Amino acid sequence: MTSADFQILLPEIVLALYSMAALMFAVYTGKDKTAPMLTWGTAGLMLILAVYIGLNGAGAHTAFGGLFVDDAFSRFAKIVILVSTAAVLAMGRDYMTRRDLSRFEYPLLVALSSVGMMVMVSAGDLMVLYMGLELSSLALYVLAAFRRDSVKSTEAGLKYFVLGALASGMLLYGASLTYGFAGTTQFSGIITAATEGALPLGLLFGQVFLISGLAFKVSAVPFHVWTPDVYEGAPTPVTAFFATAPKIAAMALFARLMHDAFGHVVGDWSQIVALLSVASMFFGAVGGIGQRDFKRLMAYSSISHMGFALIGLAAGTIFGVQAMLIYMAIYVVMNVGTFAFILSMSRDGRVITDIRSVNNYAAHEPGKALAMLILLFSLAGVPPLVGFFGKYYVLRAAVDANMVWLAVAGVVASVISAFYYLRIVYYMYFGDEGDTLDTGMAAPQWALLMASAALMLLGVINLFGIEGPAAAAAAALVN
Amino acid sequence: MVGLEHYLAVAAALFVIGIFGIFLNRKNVIILLMSIELILLAVNINFVAFSAYLNDMIGQVFTLFVLTVAAAEAAIGLAILVCFFRNRGTIDVEDVNMMKG
Repeated sequence: MTSADFQILLPEIVLALYSMAALMFAVYTGKDKTAPMLTWGTAGLMLILAVYIGLNGAGAHTAFGGLFVDDAFSRFAKIVILVSTAAVLAMGRDYMTRRDLSRFEYPLLVALSSVGMMVMVSAGDLMVLYMGLELSSLALYVLAAFRRDSVKSTEAGLKYFVLGALASGMLLYGASLTYGFAGTTQFSGIITAATEGALPLGLLFGQVFLISGLAFKVSAVPFHVWTPDVYEGAPTPVTAFFATAPKIAAMALFARLMHDAFGHVVGDWSQIVALLSVASMFFGAVGGIGQRDFKRLMAYSSISHMGFALIGLAAGTIFGVQAMLIYMAIYVVMNVGTFAFILSMSRDGRVITDIRSVNNYAAHEPGKALAMLILLFSLAGVPPLVGFFGKYYVLRAAVDANMVWLAVAGVVASVISAFYYLRIVYYMYFGDEGDTLDTGMAAPQWALLMASAALMLLGVINLFGIEGPAAAAAAALVN
Repeated sequence: MVGLEHYLAVAAALFVIGIFGIFLNRKNVIILLMSIELILLAVNINFVAFSAYLNDMIGQVFTLFVLTVAAAEAAIGLAILVCFFRNRGTIDVEDVNMMKG
């Protein structure tokens, strides 16, 4: 309970204090005129914190009597969260100005939400888990309804709020049952109470409720109903944020809870997770086929991708967690690139998200069309792009854990979902002549689109060495 | 004598009423907010009952956190609801349907 504890929490404390100070600063000075400065400042601070976490972290520490855990796993997740959030802030800047949404609350709500996510992935106790989850979710509800004068955006916020509150209610009910039957809220205490063969019924119920609450946050079927509506209704930069950082935070929290608190009863939860995974993969693949709105399509795409990441968790092994982390990191990079393109889509200065509007785009903008082609092929998992290796890792984890049926289901779902990615490529290259998109694109969007496409191509050499840190992170988690 | 199981039964009943309130209610968004509060109350009863039963303070600390967060959650929910009402002019659940889900 001393300076050593605060030292461990330093990145979270710095980001939280920065958000509050910046909020006061903006209110008392230029209000929305400070929005560009705060956006760049927040993105810069996040990158600095990511570098700090990457360089300074070593070994595993706990703070505040085991409430807060700082290990290789949490550091991996935090770095991905911070870097992807900074990227989303940078590429959304131009859109916010053009669409008259340049308000100073936006970067600060994103920063507060990231603080919540960083706390989530470091949770060592059900109480910290809940506080982190709510800190991030409350900010996300407001962000979904950020365009206050639009029916769609406020409706998205309302739907997300009601279903999100229901999910946290279920999660809490599970937490209360777990507390009652394990006698403690600390993960290290729960794991000794939850042992193979003698899992009390109350703990089993608690575990199922906790899984349902978390499945909502990762938008796994059957808790996915909010995803398409919220993705479509929220302003596009907010959608880009929803599709990246909160997903990896929720997946990391899922893995931490399952392995740290219920790591001795893998058999009890891996079947449930496998079921969620198969349902998500197929629903995301089939549901996306009829979609015409690019943002809605990305919602189904992310449901399907979450199903693939859950395969790694369902395997219940160290390699499974490693595969999940690699998959999530690749997923986030692909989504940042794709959303950089969606953010730039406009025709005659008006924002447009219909996928048919990319008709014949390749003839006008061969470079950007090629980058999108690479990203979409990678999302579909076409070898030899990096997206294929993400799928390869999780499928191998399933096979190694004797869940061949899960791997087969994954391959089938991947083939189905390839249809809607390739259809966009078809429109870009062989679409009808006619109106096409405006050619302009802000510099950060162009840079992120090209960079993520380049990463998808060049990463095939060694995945930029991400395997090692992911393996260390997984080894730190699974015991 | 009122034992642990009685408290758990009341909490479970409240929880189920809350869940049904969300799914069966076709009328008004305010009722959804009330149902959410009911769910959180059920959780609090559970926590306090377990805390007394186990002779352990943690459950009561958790309850205080839940109460605080529930207040913040209700504030945000009502704020979003007010924005929605301004745009749409109604808060009927059936009218939350601009996008097909």
